[in-house]
Parts: sequence; structure tokens; C-alpha cells
Amino acid sequence: MPTKRIDLLICCGSGCISAGSLKIKEKFIELLKENNISDEVNIIETGCMGPCDFGPVMMIYPEGIFYKKVTVEDVQEIVVEHFLKGRPVKRLMEQDKEVPVTVKDDIPFYQKQVKVALKNCGYLDPESLDEYIALGGYEALGNAMTNMTQEEVVNVIKKSGLRGRGGAGFPTGMKWDFVRKAEGSPKYIVCNADEGDPGAFMDRSLLEGDPHRVIEGMMLAACATGASKGFFYIRAEYPLAIKRIKKAIVDLKANALLGENIFGTDFCFDIEVRTGAGAFVCGEETALIASIEGKRGQPSPKPPYPANSGVWEKPTLVNNVETLANVPTIFQKGAEWFASMGTEKSKGTKVFALTGDIANTGLVEVPMGISLKELIFDVGGGIVGDHKFKAVQLGGPSGGCLTNDHLDVKIDYENLLEKGSMMGSGGVIVMNDTNCMVNIAKFFLDFSVDESCGKCAPCRIGLKQMYAILDKITKGEGKPGDIEELEVLGNSIKQLSLCGLGQTAPNPVLSTIRYFRHEYEAHINEKSCPTRVCLDLINFNIDKDKCIGCSLCARRCPTSCITGSREEKYTINQLECVKCGNCLDVCPVKAVSKEAGMHPDIIQHKEKLAREAEENEL
Amino acid sequence: MKTLADLKKIREKAQADMKLRNSNVRVKVIVGMGTSGIAMGARDVMKTFLDEIAAKGLNDVLVTQTGEKGFSSMEPVVDVVEDGKKRVTYGNMNVEKAKKVVAEHLINGNPVAEYVIATEE
Repeated sequence: MPTKRIDLLICCGSGCISAGSLKIKEKFIELLKENNISDEVNIIETGCMGPCDFGPVMMIYPEGIFYKKVTVEDVQEIVVEHFLKGRPVKRLMEQDKEVPVTVKDDIPFYQKQVKVALKNCGYLDPESLDEYIALGGYEALGNAMTNMTQEEVVNVIKKSGLRGRGGAGFPTGMKWDFVRKAEGSPKYIVCNADEGDPGAFMDRSLLEGDPHRVIEGMMLAACATGASKGFFYIRAEYPLAIKRIKKAIVDLKANALLGENIFGTDFCFDIEVRTGAGAFVCGEETALIASIEGKRGQPSPKPPYPANSGVWEKPTLVNNVETLANVPTIFQKGAEWFASMGTEKSKGTKVFALTGDIANTGLVEVPMGISLKELIFDVGGGIVGDHKFKAVQLGGPSGGCLTNDHLDVKIDYENLLEKGSMMGSGGVIVMNDTNCMVNIAKFFLDFSVDESCGKCAPCRIGLKQMYAILDKITKGEGKPGDIEELEVLGNSIKQLSLCGLGQTAPNPVLSTIRYFRHEYEAHINEKSCPTRVCLDLINFNIDKDKCIGCSLCARRCPTSCITGSREEKYTINQLECVKCGNCLDVCPVKAVSKEAGMHPDIIQHKEKLAREAEENEL
Repeated sequence: MKTLADLKKIREKAQADMKLRNSNVRVKVIVGMGTSGIAMGARDVMKTFLDEIAAKGLNDVLVTQTGEKGFSSMEPVVDVVEDGKKRVTYGNMNVEKAKKVVAEHLINGNPVAEYVIATEE
């Protein structure tokens, strides 16, 4: 029996590790030893607790106290005051209207959240099989194996209404049934952990924070379909996730929960981890399967679907990490319980990774059907600083943006699709009013151009052409008709591409045109970037009435394009200006302004160049 | 592990190891650990509680701590809190008394009247 009296749970999700949680852990070990209480405190590294913006965070039980933004220097105070004298350190707690919040569940960030997939994430030691079992782990699996038929297991998932959490939202129960009925042996299960959207870290956090949950989900799927081997396809950029899944597999084998005749039945199952090299397209199931087989990661036409012909042309079930993570809880609490949450067609909860200009960046899980407003403003704490909300990008480079007008939209698969966005895997990038939407579209398209595998022409050539047009627009070389050209290209690429990458890659451009057409028009017709982001479409100016002639700007200008004197005041030579903004930063009297629009001098210059080029050609 | 029953055994053992994180405890023992409490030996008292509770396998008892409570002349002070019962405060505790409280109060449910300095709803 342990004589421990305190459980110290330090969040060691990737966000908190970068913020220094491992150093804090070392300091705790050192100071506990110094104070002679090492044997009274359990130090546990957990997975992501969610509020990454507060990191490094920690929970202390039995009181259940939550500390945020802890530094190495704070450790001394926590050990002496809290651990030795029993006085929790109030200044490290989350403050709600200047009153410290002691209990984690009272923190506004957690109040609208419902944790299913993330239930244990940040609560248990992800490297401990015993802790997972203590929380009811592997019981659902044992029950399903000993007391249920394959069909019954599939029916539980069908009844729950669970849909694929990777983005497309295909009904999971149906997929399981296809594989169950498919002929061929052996059958395989693949867990798709090739999470590649910029700003998404849901799957990573689940694998790092509660690996056994995903494995149990996979084994239940195996139990339902008769598969005998599972693959975890995890990208190599997630070393901690790989390490923890591998550790979990070793522990399970040592306890006879993996291998031959599990739970004394005929069921045999083995799991192997495959690391991906980080190609975005390998998140597409056919490309992923090719990669597992050791081939180049390129998609192939469907049908045949993986359910009939997947890994080595055998029946294969491909499920996303979060989909599998929901499965054990559905069996524990029942399909009806799961189906009671959400909307008519989208049941249960969804994990989102909140990033961008939002106050509470982090990992959250909310019921389906919650409005965008609740997600961004209640859970996410709204926009950081004095700026206004402008748009939100759901679904990363495959999704689309939504605006102020859509804040009341209830989040489910159909609603988002109808509005030109998509659920996607759960990346939520929130943007404030300083973001240029043309530039954002260009950013996402750049990503897709880079990640296109090149197998089919619409995606390989088409995206490149779209990118070239966008690039011209942001450089002030756009011409009337460009927007229509982008729309035609985008729609054809969507229809003609072989796989999901190309079929969705134009979405960021099409949705920003749909909702921010005026910004595109300003770029093209007025040669002006309204949010003053695109460097070629803004200009810096010195107000001679305000200028005191101090010459500070001229001295700081990297291209020496500011000239003048105390008497004449200073001016910027627009043709030489590189728009670095130094003059704006250093001016003591705020005489420098940053304005939208291309400067007349540059327009004249460009026209002159064009004329000369024409004459040369003649 | 071969059967569901084996799994259950592991679970029970593991749950005991995780009890600090479980909010369903029957009794809470709260040791006053202010400066004067520590000076009068509150740490030894607390350790005794921890050891005794572990030795007797009381999985539903939790030991926690609090700061100064204003009973400086009677330190170390220990509260025993049980749902639906009066809070019992013991004063002038030491290792021997702590052992007796575990045996009589925590196990048998009879507060040790001679050490009690206060009770409250």
C-alpha cells in the first residue's frame, strides 16, 4: 500500500513541454528530496489537459487544485506552502474576476465541454496500463469478446450514430459492417494517425495522453470485424505519441491482453506501429495503405474500397484516432447515451484544437450541435486583445472559412458543409480583423500545392495555376476576370481530382471568395489591401506637418530611401521602400503612417515599365 | 491475465493506487500544517496517519492538510470529516494518539472523546 498523500499531475502534452514542464518536473523532484517528502508525493506526467495557453499547467490531488503558467521559480513556493503547510498558492490559480478558482471544473474554459474521447487525457498516467484499467479500461473489450457476437458489436456502433472523426464523417458502424462481411483473410485494421493539417493537434494529444483508449477502440473494431492485425500509422514528427503507443503495446503483451487467445477466447490480435514520413497526402486512406505496404504514398482510385481490398489487397478497416477513442466509452455507457448528445445526424462530441487569435488556445471537446459562437467565445474566451473577430477556418487546408454571419451555425457535418466549410479533423483557426483573407487563402493553397503528390493533373497543375493567380493578386498584378478564373479552376479541380486532397484543396480560396469577395476586388481593382497585410499593396508616408526632422527614420531605414533635413522634413522614396516598417516604429511623434493601397509613384513606375517593354517588343 | 475476473482484480488494486484522484472518499482526515502545527510535530502525526491507514488498508480514507486554524495552543490539530456527520476536531495530537484515532474512530466509527476539542455541523 502506498503512503502517498499527494498526486501531482504535471501536464506533459507537447504544448506544456515546450513551455518548460519537464524542467519544472525536475525541479519538483529536487525540492521534494531537499524537503524530505519525496515519498509522500506521486509525480505523474499526463497528456494534454487542454488549456495550452495557460501552460505549463498542473493539477494537484486530493484537493483537485489547478495551477497555470507555473515557472521553475514557483516550484519552491508550491512545495513549501502547499505541500508542507497545506496552503494552496492562490496567485497561480485561474482568476475569475479577481477571485481565484480552486476547482478545475469551475474554470470557464471547461464549463461547456463534455469529455468523451478526452475523458482521461490529463487525468491519468498515459504510460500506466494499471491506471487505465483502474478507470474501467479493457472491460468493454473483455465483455464484447466473451459475451457478444460480431454482429452485436457492430450494431452497438451503428446505433450510437458515431461517424468518422477524420473529416468526411462516414458512418463508422457501416464501415465496420462492410469489413465484417468482406471476404478474405487475414483482415486488417489501420488507425490513421497521420494528422497533417496546420494547427491541428487532436490526434497527437489523444495518442500522447491516453494511448490505451485508442488501442482498446482498435481491438473492439477487430473483435467486430474478425481482423487479426492492426497498424498504427503515425507520422514521425510525433515521437512521443509513437513512444507511448509502443510502450502500451509492450505492456499489453506482458499482461496477455494482446497476442494469442486474448481473454481465453479464440481471438488473436497483434499491433504494429508504422511511422509516416510526413506527407500530407498519406492521411488519405488509399495513399496511407500504399505507404504501409512500403510503396510510394500515392492515392489510387476508389473503388475498390479498402473494406474489400486494402492492405495487401485484403479487407481493411481504416479509422481515425478520435473515432477509435470514442469506441470504448460507447460500449461502457451504451449506444443510447452517446446518441443522446448532438444533432439529428451528428451524434456525440467532437474534439477541436483551438488556435489563432483566440484567448484560450488549446484542446477542447464539445457536444455536436454547439454553436460556433459558444465554441469561440465561451470555451475559447473570444479574441485576444482589442481586435474584432473576422473569420474562422475549420478543417485546415481542406476546409473553408466562416464569418461573423455564421456564429449561430450549429456545428455538425451537414451544416458546415452547406456553408462552404467542413468539419474536417478539428483544427479551428480563429482570425481577427488584421488578417487579409486573400493572403490566408494563398497560405493554405501554398500548403496544398506543396503537398500535392503529383499523380493526377487537376491537382498538380490546377492548384499551381490557382496559386500563381493569387500570387499576382497579392502583388498588385491582378486583373479583372481573375476571380472568375479562380472559381472555374477551383470547381473543376474539386470535381476532377483523384483523392480527397485535390477534391478539397480549392475550398479555402472558394470560401474566401464567397464571403470576402470585396477584399479580392480591392486587391485587383483598387490595388489596395484593406487590412494592410500584402506588402505590395500598402505604402508608408511621412506627414510633413507632424515631422520634426529628427532624422531617426532615415538612420534606421535599411535601404536609405528616406531623405530630408531638419528644415525640409523627411520623405520616403517609394520606389526604394521595402515596407519594413522601421520608420513607423521609431518615429517619436507618430508622423509615419501605414496606408492601404499602392502608392501613385509605384503605379506610374509600373506603367512606364510596361510601356517600355511593349516598345522593345515592337 | 486470462479472464474478466483477472481484469477486475487488477482494477481493484490499481484503483487503490489512484484513490487520491477519486472524489468518492468516506472520511477525510485534515491535518493542520501551519507554522506552529509543524513546530509541534504535525508532520509526524500526519505520517502516522498515512502509515496506519495504509497498513490497515483503509481505501476510502483520505489524508489531506490545511493551514493554521487558530488553535495554536492545542497544536497539532486534526479534523476528521465524514459525510453526514459532525466535523470532529482533535487537539494536542501525537503519534500515539493518532494511532488510537485510526483504530477507534476511522475503523470503528467511535470518536475518541478525550482528545476532542471541538465539533461542528
